[in-house]
Amino acid sequence: MMVYNKRNDGRAFDETRDIEAKAGVIKRADGSAYFRIGKTAAYAAVYGPRDLFPRFMQNPKRGVLRCNYNMMPFSGMGERVRPGANRRAKEISMVTEKALSPVLDLDSFPNAVVDVYIELPQTDAGSRCAGICAASIALADAGLDMKDMVAAVSAGIVDGSVLIDLDYKEEAHEEGGVADIPVAMIPSTGEISLLQMDGVISKENLKKAIAMVKTACIKINEAQKKALKDKYICDVQNCDGDKK
Amino acid sequence: MGIEVNDKDIVVPGELLATGMDYVPAQGTYRIGEEIRSKKLGLVTVDGRAIKLIPLSGRYLPKRGDTIIGRVEDIAMSGWRLSINSPYSAMLSMKDATSEFIARGADLTRYYELEDYIVAKIINVTSQKLVDVTMKGPGLRKLSAGRIIEVNTNKVPRIIGKQGSMVSMVKTRTNTNIIVGQNGLVWIKGNDPKSELLAIETIRLIEKEAHLPGLTDRIAKHLGGGAAPEVRAEENMAGEDDGLQ
Amino acid sequence: MNKGLKSHIIKSLGTGIRGDGRSLEDYREITIEKGVSSTAEGSARVKIGDTEVIVGVKLSIDKPFSDRPDEGIVMVGTELLAMSSPEFESGPPSIWSIEIARVTDRGIRESKSIDVKALCITPGEKVWLVSVDICTLNDDGNILDAASLGALAALQDVRLPKVEDNLVNYKEKTDEKLPLQKLPIGVTVLKVGNEFIVDPTSEEEKMADSRLTITSMEDGHICAMQKGGDTPITAEDVEKMVELSIKKSAELRRLLE
Repeated sequence: MMVYNKRNDGRAFDETRDIEAKAGVIKRADGSAYFRIGKTAAYAAVYGPRDLFPRFMQNPKRGVLRCNYNMMPFSGMGERVRPGANRRAKEISMVTEKALSPVLDLDSFPNAVVDVYIELPQTDAGSRCAGICAASIALADAGLDMKDMVAAVSAGIVDGSVLIDLDYKEEAHEEGGVADIPVAMIPSTGEISLLQMDGVISKENLKKAIAMVKTACIKINEAQKKALKDKYICDVQNCDGDKK
Repeated sequence: MGIEVNDKDIVVPGELLATGMDYVPAQGTYRIGEEIRSKKLGLVTVDGRAIKLIPLSGRYLPKRGDTIIGRVEDIAMSGWRLSINSPYSAMLSMKDATSEFIARGADLTRYYELEDYIVAKIINVTSQKLVDVTMKGPGLRKLSAGRIIEVNTNKVPRIIGKQGSMVSMVKTRTNTNIIVGQNGLVWIKGNDPKSELLAIETIRLIEKEAHLPGLTDRIAKHLGGGAAPEVRAEENMAGEDDGLQ
Repeated sequence: MNKGLKSHIIKSLGTGIRGDGRSLEDYREITIEKGVSSTAEGSARVKIGDTEVIVGVKLSIDKPFSDRPDEGIVMVGTELLAMSSPEFESGPPSIWSIEIARVTDRGIRESKSIDVKALCITPGEKVWLVSVDICTLNDDGNILDAASLGALAALQDVRLPKVEDNLVNYKEKTDEKLPLQKLPIGVTVLKVGNEFIVDPTSEEEKMADSRLTITSMEDGHICAMQKGGDTPITAEDVEKMVELSIKKSAELRRLLE
């Protein structure tokens, strides 16, 4: 008997929250983006390829992708988050890099680095996925060679129901057990570049969850594409061009 | 089967451009099985059977033969290291610095000092992206007082125009001297700040609207002074690279 | 900065025109947007030209300082995020970010803009701790002024959270605002050659010989000052810069009313 069969905000099980995506929001960066899903929002800025310091990290055969994920001190659901390195942020930085590097052609910038900075001004679960979505738009905006973009969303189980895009309340749901599964996917091939899980799940439900993720990621990718194209598509009379 | 996009469409990485084997992937695109997809953010150009992309963004990657504007960031024993608005810096060695003979141990700052801006030509780029430049050649020189701005390196061909027609029009109508480096650095000098400002605004406008048709006429209108001068052959985004303008 | 470029720009300044066409005393276009972070108790985003900062205020209940048992605590922090400029790096706060935080903090504290006594819940035991965090999104010069405006706008935006059983319930906000009694505005004036300019772009900042940030209040009184830059300034310079700053701060203050 499923207890959680109607979501708090009335969404369908396979429905993501409202999405907003914009490219070119940080002028000094080589590429940038803003991505919001529900109340979780992420800015991403890309600098590079550029000179890599410290020099011992330079690789003469290929370039380096360096990701830095950070929550702004006022972006947590409860108390202030003290600024500075913390283990969770380091881990997310690392999996973000692993999620994005498969699509990049690192050989095209030997000895150099592409720095990706992800900052969140507000969160409501699904933050690492939002960060990856924003970063992917920013990398494309920066003109890097990429065989495809990367979309990411979390799937999960709340009290027996397989759902897409859990919010904080659902993650914290007390009865019946919760599983939280962030997934990053390459839309053209369906390949998965990020897969993590917190909680307990059956094989069948995992299969269902991944299928739901695939559909959701295609939809997210449409929003990412539109964000990039909107930056450039304009008519002659009122060309907003790079002004966003 | 066939082409999935229109000529001059803006496409994003991974976007499907064509299916089947009729088309050939060229610059900026790749084939995966039956599909040709885009490798970066750019403008699609269909050239016969070849599908290629004109990039809309991306940092400058040094190429042999390019004329660039560099800034001296370090002085070593045998030459100067230049920052060239790229992930890779360039070396100007003593033997390529000037038509004069420079003796070993000479004070190199006599020729070029830290923070000097110079117009140089790239003579070699190794596979590890080590870049050598020369100052020997027509038009290559140290830059004097003026304004330096940074533009999107992908828009440089449009700013220069076919056979330099666009930048010439801006120079004439704003009464300024302009040098456009392939690496996206542009030097402007006018007799007064207002004319420099107009030149800079115009260059920024070209940068913003580079991918739209009818640009030359709009810029001519913006500058005033009548219609744009005739240019032979059709305008296109790639323009023609005459190097030094 | 390259001497030739600098002297060329100083010549232009002599004719009253800056690199982007502005006059020496003009600010770029300023926009202030409040309520931009759903998780902050108060927040604001300020744009001055292309410079953009986002400020969030978080409230918590803490013990007061032992020498001020009936006063709330206000803390200001600044992060010059690496994302906002090719010149910033990740890592511990740079001296520049610390300077911005301290100048903004002094402006708020010395002006007594927040009635800290009204933030006391139980003297000696519980007071409100107000944490203001300024994060830069894009640096095209004049972060100091943007930070000062942003901090005030964010403080104006604050709604105190509900307190249940001595614990803060962050999920519910009351209608109560912070006891904000003054609006101290910081205006930075740069001396370039012999000219004074306000609201420098990042290119202009590189040419400055010295700068003076003056934070002033509605009645024209000054509540904080900070000189930066390597070159000393004369007493006449200070007078001129203070005059210019107070004039501009009145204009900026109107944006917050």
